[in-house]
Amino acid sequence: MAEDGHAGERAHPTAGVYLRVAAALVVLTVLEVGVFYVPAFHAVLVPTLLVLSAAKFSLVVMFYMHLKADSRFFTFLFGAPLLLATGVLVALLLLFFGALTLRGAAGGG
Amino acid sequence: MTHAVAATHHTSMGLDSRKMAFWAFIGSECLLFGSLISTYLVYKGRSVVGPYPHEILNIPFTSVSTFDLLMSSLMMVLALAAVQRGDMKWGKIWLFSTALLGLVFLGGQVIEFTEFVHKGLTISTNLFGCTFFVLTGTHGAHVTVGVLWLLTLWVRALQGKLGPANAMTVEITGLYWHFVDVVWIVIFTVVYLIQ
Amino acid sequence: MSEATGGGLKSWLTTTDHKRIGLLYFWTAFAFFLVGGVEALVIRLQLAHPDGHLVGAETYNQLFTMHGTTMIFLALMPLGSSFFNYIVPLQIGARDVAFPRLNAFSYWVFLFGGLLLNASWFAGPLFHAGVLNVAPDAGWFGYANLTERQYSPGPNIDFWLLGLQILGISSLAAGFNFVVTILNLRAPGLKMMRLPTFSWMTLVTNFLIITAFPVITVGLLFLMFDRFFGTHFYVREAGATPVLWQHLFWLFGHPEVYILILPAMGIVSDVLPTFSRKPLFGYTVVVYSGILIGFMGWGVWSHHMFSVGLGPIADSVFAATTMLIAVPTGVKIFNWIATLWGGDIRGTTALHFAVGFIAMFIIGGLSGVSHASPPADLQQTDSYYVVAHIHYVFFGGTIFGLFAGIYYWWPKMTGRLLDETLGKVHFWLQFIGMNLAFFPMHFIGLLGMPRRVYTYSPDLGVSDLNLVSTIGALLIGLSILILVANLWRSRTHGAPASNDPWGGATLEWGIPSPPPPYNFSVIPTVESRLPRWRTERHGPMKDPPARPPAPIHMPGGSWWPIVAAFGLPVMALAPLTHTLWVVFVGAAILLFGIYRWAFEPFEV
Repeated sequence: MAEDGHAGERAHPTAGVYLRVAAALVVLTVLEVGVFYVPAFHAVLVPTLLVLSAAKFSLVVMFYMHLKADSRFFTFLFGAPLLLATGVLVALLLLFFGALTLRGAAGGG
Repeated sequence: MTHAVAATHHTSMGLDSRKMAFWAFIGSECLLFGSLISTYLVYKGRSVVGPYPHEILNIPFTSVSTFDLLMSSLMMVLALAAVQRGDMKWGKIWLFSTALLGLVFLGGQVIEFTEFVHKGLTISTNLFGCTFFVLTGTHGAHVTVGVLWLLTLWVRALQGKLGPANAMTVEITGLYWHFVDVVWIVIFTVVYLIQ
Repeated sequence: MSEATGGGLKSWLTTTDHKRIGLLYFWTAFAFFLVGGVEALVIRLQLAHPDGHLVGAETYNQLFTMHGTTMIFLALMPLGSSFFNYIVPLQIGARDVAFPRLNAFSYWVFLFGGLLLNASWFAGPLFHAGVLNVAPDAGWFGYANLTERQYSPGPNIDFWLLGLQILGISSLAAGFNFVVTILNLRAPGLKMMRLPTFSWMTLVTNFLIITAFPVITVGLLFLMFDRFFGTHFYVREAGATPVLWQHLFWLFGHPEVYILILPAMGIVSDVLPTFSRKPLFGYTVVVYSGILIGFMGWGVWSHHMFSVGLGPIADSVFAATTMLIAVPTGVKIFNWIATLWGGDIRGTTALHFAVGFIAMFIIGGLSGVSHASPPADLQQTDSYYVVAHIHYVFFGGTIFGLFAGIYYWWPKMTGRLLDETLGKVHFWLQFIGMNLAFFPMHFIGLLGMPRRVYTYSPDLGVSDLNLVSTIGALLIGLSILILVANLWRSRTHGAPASNDPWGGATLEWGIPSPPPPYNFSVIPTVESRLPRWRTERHGPMKDPPARPPAPIHMPGGSWWPIVAAFGLPVMALAPLTHTLWVVFVGAAILLFGIYRWAFEPFEV
């Protein structure tokens, strides 16, 4: 049982790193909400929000879930299904919103 | 906690079996939430009656909830760090704070759902209601499980049955909690901000 | 350890020994296989002649739905699990799986889910249905919006969706367990590329399980909300589309096809080398093909939906990926044939079934490629041609592979050999029977008979072909009876099996049959891919000694997996009976079981 304690410890960051990540997360969230309310951003709202969200996602996963320092295999166990889920999402969006159907081009439809 | 079925074994990959199983579980959960979010998106804009998202979603309120959940993640890593260095006094404090912030988030969800129902959006009103309540409800159910789990650890710590030897248990609890947090990060963007 | 070795009902209810759980899986799945087989025979008797009237249309719908659901979720998958449980820990040189109690939990959840699903055959009176049987009746893929409350008001679909939801929990729990077991509990020196092929395919299968099952969980969750809470996920009037169900179902359903076939491929890849006394030809290629099939299995789901009218681009993309996935499958077939080529072949029953698998699976694969093309598919879809295809893949493929596994590993699992003469009679009857039963279905379909119709007119011109098919089905039934007799008589009359009756190369053959509770008296160190055979660079390994040099501590049993598992069917009773408080009782049982489980002393 004792080895449980230090198995993951070697690479875990310090409280200072945790606090800096938390600060970054707060700043990014404020940016997200800010972008949402500033009319100037409306043209690029969706990509901006997606980037900000991805940044937050990565920060939590890399530092709070320790994937940055932990075994690469855990990155695979998490990353492969995540990619799969993203692929499914993109495929379904394309299928539902007609980008793959070309109903008009096919004539009739 | 009093057990570590496979952890006491030598393992082929040198990795803790429970942690590996848990990462596989999180991978599996990606597909679960992936399917829910996909459904929300493909049904977006297909409701035939209102209320519609932009009429009802309360961004300031949900931003506070989001902030609350992010802070709970911070509490969680601090709890893990405290347990790892054997500081059970702070370990208990941070574990309880994490659970408390989780409860605050759930309270916020209850208020939000109640308000929506008063404004005429129930789970059966329209497609937005169906997809919104099932997606955020499934996430809320995950938060509930997480709060129960954290409170269990907290009680174990109060009883003196949780110490540095159980750091892996706390770490796995943390993995679950942070995953629930990142799912919310995605939901906040996809459901609330991108209307 | 005393508990793990003792007899009696309690020791089986509380067991956490992977070998006992493997046997429980085997007998339970085999019983469900017989139930599904009887359902198939009733279907075939109904169709033996035109205008058949053995059963009415409603019962017929329930029969084909439950036949498909039972065979896939209650027979083929858990028969595979039986070998995962019994054989994989032995092949990788482990004392048990990574999480023995989770393993017991998976089994009990499977048993309760299967019983709940089949209870629908007798539950009619409880629902004042006016008939005895209220079994699911919307086909094994339960297309929306037929499954909506509006079109299926009875409890039939409720049984189906709740049963499948419970079975999904069992598969997921087992999936995490086996992924970790295979990756993390291998004996020293057993590198991934030394892993027996069956264990490799088990790993790929379980990766597919943990990624594919959440998708159907979500699809079923939506259906549950539609039926019980008034949502409109599949209701067209509300702006939704039933096509969403088809996407979610087949996103799961196609990986599921590979979940069913990959274990059989793994078994065949282990059986062929043993009985041709040659290493598997192109081991690396077979393994990588299996992984590739697993990945590509995610990119072909819409070929089940060509008739929806997804449009030319979507159709073309999915046609192309479907044709591509035939490539790694074809590669495997060539590797198996090349393994046999020039080998020192021993014609055991296990080898018969393995070779039968290759032949039948080629036919199923070819008819599969024929409906990869959308224009051809539109002619074949929902006709008996598709029924022929699925049975060549699942019966000719999965069942033949699993039966090869039974004849191969039965001596290891029970300590008794099966009778080879009876075995070969079984094989030939089943082989002839299946081709008589399923080959005519290609023509029946192309001549225009739709599937899932309870009777047909003599004018359709398919009466003779249907009669042939029914005769074939009866032959299959007879052959299965011979298997049952063989399994039964082996308990008392089977020749006692030595450690290694076949001269196998992998670790499971180096220990007694059946193995002691601790499996390996000493955990072996593996130095090659075929550790028990002489290879160019390695002599055969020394088998573990008959007696352990030091006492080995094995965990005792636990009541909590079965207690926790029991909470799930209780929870399912709540929606079935529309009684809310029951769900809290079920959840309380589940939680109680989990807490006692988490805090009981249990060490390996």
